[in-house]
Amino acid sequence: MAMTLAQKILQKHSSDQVKEAGQIVRARTSMVLANDITAPLSIDSFRKMGAKKVFDREKVALVCDHFTPNKDIDSAEQVKKVREFAKEMDVVHYYEGGNVGVEHALLPELGLVGPGDIVVGADSHTCTYGGLGAFATGMGSTDIAAAMALGETWFKVPETIKVNISGQHDKYITSKDLILHLIGLIGVDGALYRALEFTGPVISDMEVEGRMTMANMAIEAGGKVGLFPADAKTVDYCRSNGFANPEEIYPDEGAVYCREVNIDVTGMAPQIACPHLPDNVKSVDELINIRLDQVVLGSCTNGRISDLRQAAEIIKGHKVHKDVRFIVLPATPKIYEQALDEGLLSIFIKAGAIVGPPTCGPCLGGHMGILAAGEKCLATTNRNFKGRMGSLESEVYLGSPIVAAASAVAGEIIHPARM
Amino acid sequence: MNYAGKAHKVGDHIDTDAIIPARFLITTDPVELGSNCFEGLENGWVKRVKPGDILVGGKNFGCGSSREHAPIAILGAGMPVVIAHSFARIFYRNGFNMGLVLLEIGDDIEKISDGDELEVNAKEGAIKNLTTNAEIRSLPVPEFMAEILDRGGLVNYVRDKVS
Ligand code: SF4
Repeated sequence: MAMTLAQKILQKHSSDQVKEAGQIVRARTSMVLANDITAPLSIDSFRKMGAKKVFDREKVALVCDHFTPNKDIDSAEQVKKVREFAKEMDVVHYYEGGNVGVEHALLPELGLVGPGDIVVGADSHTCTYGGLGAFATGMGSTDIAAAMALGETWFKVPETIKVNISGQHDKYITSKDLILHLIGLIGVDGALYRALEFTGPVISDMEVEGRMTMANMAIEAGGKVGLFPADAKTVDYCRSNGFANPEEIYPDEGAVYCREVNIDVTGMAPQIACPHLPDNVKSVDELINIRLDQVVLGSCTNGRISDLRQAAEIIKGHKVHKDVRFIVLPATPKIYEQALDEGLLSIFIKAGAIVGPPTCGPCLGGHMGILAAGEKCLATTNRNFKGRMGSLESEVYLGSPIVAAASAVAGEIIHPARM
Repeated sequence: MNYAGKAHKVGDHIDTDAIIPARFLITTDPVELGSNCFEGLENGWVKRVKPGDILVGGKNFGCGSSREHAPIAILGAGMPVVIAHSFARIFYRNGFNMGLVLLEIGDDIEKISDGDELEVNAKEGAIKNLTTNAEIRSLPVPEFMAEILDRGGLVNYVRDKVS
């Protein structure tokens, strides 16, 4: 049978015969993930299950990245619980302190996830690894506890929407603009229960980090996974990060899709998701006089080195607007060090930005950049739900690192070409 | 995996807040949660339910948060089965994991009205509407998921496996 990427990867890890969409199959997990917010609940379920050991101490990742460095006593207690569990289970991939980064930027960089893997995480943005050709998706705490104990879980085989991206765009368009455009097109439930599979010349030309930015936001269209074929670039990327034996993986010719969406990027302007949903997407040119109080560059969506490079190039030699707090959070310690070595941090600091440690922080309204009532922020993150970054009366706009840098300087949302 | 009971029909896009509002999440006790089931829809909704009755939902049943309290509340209210047009993804998983039988039947949902008497064979995916004599099929519950259900949910299922 000709298979989509989703079907193919599921089949690779299942003894059941993967057939049509809707069917339920059991599959082995390559990596099981939880963070400082979700792991404590999973640990409770794990204990209730009477499990004594995790299925494989090298295939469980516990990443304390959300409220860290611990913002208060409660978060410190949660992290403590996760730390003690990791010690007890002898979990190899426990991250906290100087080695922690935002989970979905960290795992790929450490070579812990790669093409053809099945990754489940107690975090909805686990879908990020689809950018590497991994079937990766978020679940509830008890599901993750079971996967930690058994090393397997069940999946409903999803239908797949094929997204074909073609055309020529200018240098101001990034992968973030493409995914925002798609979400605006199909809506926040446009891919409900389905897999998104990306293809086309623009995707082949795109670097792996950009693909992860797009896969990251599959969930913002309700998608279960956002899958990219793993090509030579993916294999190089994964190999250089120490992932063992990465292999190229493509959908079969003749695979069945439930829908095809064609996007031509020619002439596209940078895309912005306006408050309060990721599908409220407008072209930057439509947004006039949106004054900003804060700009955030970071997160599992856009906190990677290529994002920092793009933003630094724009902001170099300029000053952050006096009314704006420009917060830059490199997503992992390695990215931080790279940015330091390349002089990017110095560019940001000279411009008047605040450079903070790798953490989710403001992305989920945790800490390090919370908004007051009436404040507006442009962020390179992935969700702009009401109150996501602080007060219920604050507003979050989502855009690319390039737009973020230009807007931090202008003090309002602008097209980077107008800077 | 045979069930019989009266159908209680609710609408499309029933979210987890309608099933069990956040103010009741201070417990994980099924009976207590069950006594407040659908308080987010209508005050005292649950009073109509007799143990063994069957919940019938519309499209996208269980959308919203990932709270596992939602399927627990439905079970706690005495309803072991939900039949719906379709389920939201995380609810679907959580439902089976908590030991709730979920059957998806698409547009055939029209063949069930509030108050109809139903008979369900979950293993076969066969639903019989005794009031109208309509026969409805869903995908049968796969064997291993039936196993999860037989053991009363994922926690017990895993407990048996690891012990
Ligand atoms: S950066 Fe934001 S979206 Fe990503 S894992 Fe952290 S809180 Fe979630």
